[in-house]
Order: sequence, then structure tokens, then C-alpha cells
Amino acid sequence: MLLRLALANLWRRRARTALTTAGVAVAAAMLLDMVMLGSGMRESFRGFLEQQDYQLRMTPRGTMPFDSEATISGANELLARVSADEDVAGVAPVLGGKFFVATGGDSIVAGFAVGIAPRIQADYVIAEGREIEGPSETVWNGALLDATGKNLGDTVRVSAGYDPQLRRFTGTRDLVIVGRGRFVMLSGGELAGAVPIATLQAMGGPEREDRISVALVRLRDGANVDSVAARLERNEPRMSAISTEAALRFVDERLGYFRQLAIILASVSLAVGFLLVTTLVTVSVNERIGEIAVLRAIGVARWRIVAQVMVEGVALSFVGAVFGLGLGLITAKWLNGILASFPGLPAAFDFFLFEPSAAYKALGLLVLCGILAGVWPAWRASSLPIAKTLREEAVS
Amino acid sequence: MSTGRMTDDGREGQGQLQQQMPKASVLSARDVRRDYPVAREAVHALRGISLDIAEGEYVAIVGPSGCGKSTLLNLLGVIDRPSAGSITIAGRDVSTLSDAEATRFRLTQIGFVFQRFYLMPTLTAAENVELPMAEAKRPRVEREARARELLSYVGLEGRANHRPFQLSGGEQQRVAIARALANGPALLLADEPTGELDAKTGAEMIEMFARLNADGTTLVVVTHDEDLAKAAKRVVHLRDGQIVDDTGRRA
Repeated sequence: MLLRLALANLWRRRARTALTTAGVAVAAAMLLDMVMLGSGMRESFRGFLEQQDYQLRMTPRGTMPFDSEATISGANELLARVSADEDVAGVAPVLGGKFFVATGGDSIVAGFAVGIAPRIQADYVIAEGREIEGPSETVWNGALLDATGKNLGDTVRVSAGYDPQLRRFTGTRDLVIVGRGRFVMLSGGELAGAVPIATLQAMGGPEREDRISVALVRLRDGANVDSVAARLERNEPRMSAISTEAALRFVDERLGYFRQLAIILASVSLAVGFLLVTTLVTVSVNERIGEIAVLRAIGVARWRIVAQVMVEGVALSFVGAVFGLGLGLITAKWLNGILASFPGLPAAFDFFLFEPSAAYKALGLLVLCGILAGVWPAWRASSLPIAKTLREEAVS
Repeated sequence: MSTGRMTDDGREGQGQLQQQMPKASVLSARDVRRDYPVAREAVHALRGISLDIAEGEYVAIVGPSGCGKSTLLNLLGVIDRPSAGSITIAGRDVSTLSDAEATRFRLTQIGFVFQRFYLMPTLTAAENVELPMAEAKRPRVEREARARELLSYVGLEGRANHRPFQLSGGEQQRVAIARALANGPALLLADEPTGELDAKTGAEMIEMFARLNADGTTLVVVTHDEDLAKAAKRVVHLRDGQIVDDTGRRA
């Protein structure tokens, strides 16, 4: 009956309870978003890396994949040596560069060219059409198709460079667009196309001949990633072998600022939720101090008064948190849309990654907050001097 | 109507109660003092009160404001402790009880009626009456039946599902009386029970108390209401924290 009494007390002041619940919901939404933000970017990046299904990325020493325009020469021999390692199951070379498409008249569209080994590439997935099968075929993303007005099946003239002094293109090839691809590591608006790596090397002339930007290395089952990486770096002193975990550590370092911000905002949200619930429950206890004194006078145990007040705090926090989780998911989606549109970020990159554990964490923290918020008013309610309180209530 | 009296450990025990103490005395206060520290000085609210109340008595405590009436009632109701002296109720020295023991004792042995009724506004009349029984962990069926019986006794059988704000002042006070009787207390204490009622309703309340006493309830009423005091069989006059007259005391 006392549980009912506690909930009825909240219901009695419906408008105030609703406003407090709304406040807790906003705090809960913020908390959830910050918990999601804290781990979302890292896990999203991990998803990208694991989606490629290559455990190591070999880059020119000291660089991260496509972090610079650095390339490594003697690629064919390098790939052969790496492939010969007993723990390596496959190697996919990637060469990055620019390319130019003449769209008629003086109009030129510039894009990012990815040279890949078609059968084992991991940079895009085919959304329409088919994978590259010949040296003069290409797969473009939707943005490049839209920008040039080209369609699948069209033959396009593509150049690897442009000499402004001579005002002419260099390394020009006619390529057939055979597919539309979704490039997993590129932003949605970035114009990109893939061609066989040998074609891109040839189009680039001597500067790109026998060069790669990255080699993706797939390991055999059971191979120890760290020991293979160490061995490859020992054998290839010009290269860094970066495991998924090492790449994530690098991302962690770069995103440390975001996480700190998330922790601060999450703490502020918790504090706001705590203060809201404490304030409401304290006001509620103050209003009912006469009732509480009477409950004590007629023989209601001290701990039952504590429980009644605590239930009010927990109920407010719980209901607010449940609404807040829904609100948090909506705001996370909205904010994600804004943040993901920043230039240079992969289109499918999620800043706010929803995981059930994030929701449980936010809910648990808020309920704990509700329990703590009830401690002071509950202690006050249970320890009030009955006779003095009734006397003062009678006078007032 | 059954008093349904309980022992202070929550068991039904009318017979046991009678075995624990002489039938004649429900309450015995000996040289009770109550001092309050105010601005580093002690205010002597009660100065050596000794009082015996027998089972079935109807006692009114009267006196001018500030004479210590409510202080005495609080001590008799075990919601306050004497600074000195002892109080025995239903055979138990209540001046040394721990907080938990005092709470349990109030639940099972004392019934309170307050000037301002103090019903729980979110509960119905029946639920208000059930509240002390629920706290005493009496089964739901039993307490619902008892609440119906008590509400019928105070003339509110048709108002069981009404909330306090749907009841008049007199009706609320009658619900408060039913609540006070819920666990069959050894002693019913009332603090200015007619203080918030108009003359007509106050007169009805006086009749209600007389009926309660006639049915065996031991009553102690603190009041300024002369009519209520006259209705009591015994009137204790307080002045300056001392009993100055005790009229109608049983031999």
C-alpha cells in the first residue's frame, strides 16, 4: 500500500511530475547520446576495418592508409615477398590517385581513383552492374556518375593527370563503366572510381609504375596478428604493418578529444538528472511533512518511509530514463546525420552507434542516480521529530 | 463491534493483554517531566505529572494554551520521550523503548485522532482505515472486512470509496477515528478532535466519542472544547505543566 501511496503522490502533482520527468528524459537522452558517442566512432571504424576482412595494412613507413600521398616503389617484388610468408593467405594492393573526366566542352570533373585488384579488392561493394573483369573497365560511385551525367555501359575518357602549362591531359584511357559501387571508406559526396591497379599504374606513367599506396594482407586462420606484423616490418624496413587493433589505437588517439567531451557532457547530464530528482523529491517531502509525521505516529516504520520516498525518486528516474532513451535515439540519428555530412568522412560512418549495452548503461546510471537522489529527502523524512513536526503543522 | 486488540508484536491477544496487567490500569505515568532546551535555557513543559488511567475510562485533559496538554498527549502516545519519570502503557514501560519498538507499540497499542484529521489524500476512506492494518501485515481479506466494519461503525458505510476531499470535515474525522481503531488499540488519544469542526458536527463527534467509550474504548482527549470535556467522565486540569485538578477520578 505504501508503494501505491508513493506513486499516487507523484500522480497527485501530475504537471510537476511530468515536467521533472521531461527534464530527466532530456538528461537521459543526452547521457545515452554521449555514451553512444564515446564508443560509436571507434566501433564504427572497427566495423569498416573488419568489413574489409584483411587483418593487416602495409603502408609506407610512418604513414597511415591514405593519410598522405606517399607510395612505395618495387610493389610487385614486395607483394611477392609478403605473399610468400607462411602466415599470409592473400595480399590486395591498392593505389590511390586523382583522375579527370572530360564531360564535354571545357568541363572537367576531378575525382579520386582507386587502383585495385578486382577479384580480391575490399574498397567497395557493387550496388549495381558488375565487378571489373578487364583492364579497360571501371566502377564508379553514384556521386561521380551524377557529376558527369554518365551511366553504366558508357565509355568515358579518363586521364590520370593534367598539365596546366601544356593545357592537356596525360595518361588518358577510354574506360567502360561496368558497375556502380559504394566505396566504404569514402564520404558520400566524394567523387570516386575504381580501375584495375595495373591500369592506374600505367596511366600514371613512370611516377606510378610499380607503385602501391597500401597492401591489404589477409592472414591464415590461427596466425598471430602482432607477431606476423612484427615479422613483416622486420623483413620490409620501408613498410609499416598496421593491425586492426593498432589502427583503432591510432583512431583512439585522434578521437580522444571527442571522448573527453562525451564524458564531460555525460557527467553534466547525470548531475542535472540527479539535481532535478533530488529537488522534486525534497519539495514533495516538504509538502507532505505533516502526512509523513502522521504515518510515523500511527506506527509506520522508519524504513518504510525511506522506501516510500526512494520509490518516488527511482520511479521518476526510471520513467524519465525510458522516455529519454527513445529521445536519445532520435537525437542521435539527427546529430549523426549532421556530423556524418562533414567532408572527408565515410558515408556510412556512425558517430552514434547504438548498442544495447549503451542503453543499459544509461538506464542503470540514471536509476542509480534516482536512488542517490532519494537518499537525502528520505533520510530527512524518516528522521523528522514526530511530535515537533505535528505541533508545527498544527500551528501553521 | 470487536476491538480486535493486538499485542505489540502484532498478534491478536485480548486475553493476553488482560493477563499481562491488572485490568484496572491501562496507563500509569509516574513523575513525568519534559524539558525543552530553548536558547540555552530549559523550558519545563511538564513538571512531575503522575496519572493513572483505567481500562474503559474517558479522560479529558484541559487547561490553558501552553500548559503542557499536547506535550503530555505526545508522551502518552509514545511519539515523544519524557526527560524524567516513567510511563507504563498496557503493562509495558514505554519511556525506554527504542525507535523501532516505539513505532511497533504505537501501531498495535495506540490510536491517534488529530485535530486536522491527516488522512492520506490519495487513498480512499477504506484504504485510509486499512493503512495501519497493512503496516501490521494483516491479510488483505481481513483488513478489508475490518475497514468495512469500522466505517459502518462510524456511520460511513456508503463512503468507503470516497477520497478525503470528497468528504466533509466531520466525515473525515470519523474516518480518522476508524483508522485509529483499526488495530484495536489499548488506548485512543485525541488531540483537539473538534477543533476544525463546526458546532453541529462537533456535537456529533462528541456523541461519537461517548459511544466509543460506551463500547469499551479507553479514551484520552486533549481539548479546549468545554462540551467535549463535559462529556468525559473524568477531567484532568493542567496548569504550568502540572495537574491542578483531577475530577471524576475512579477510586
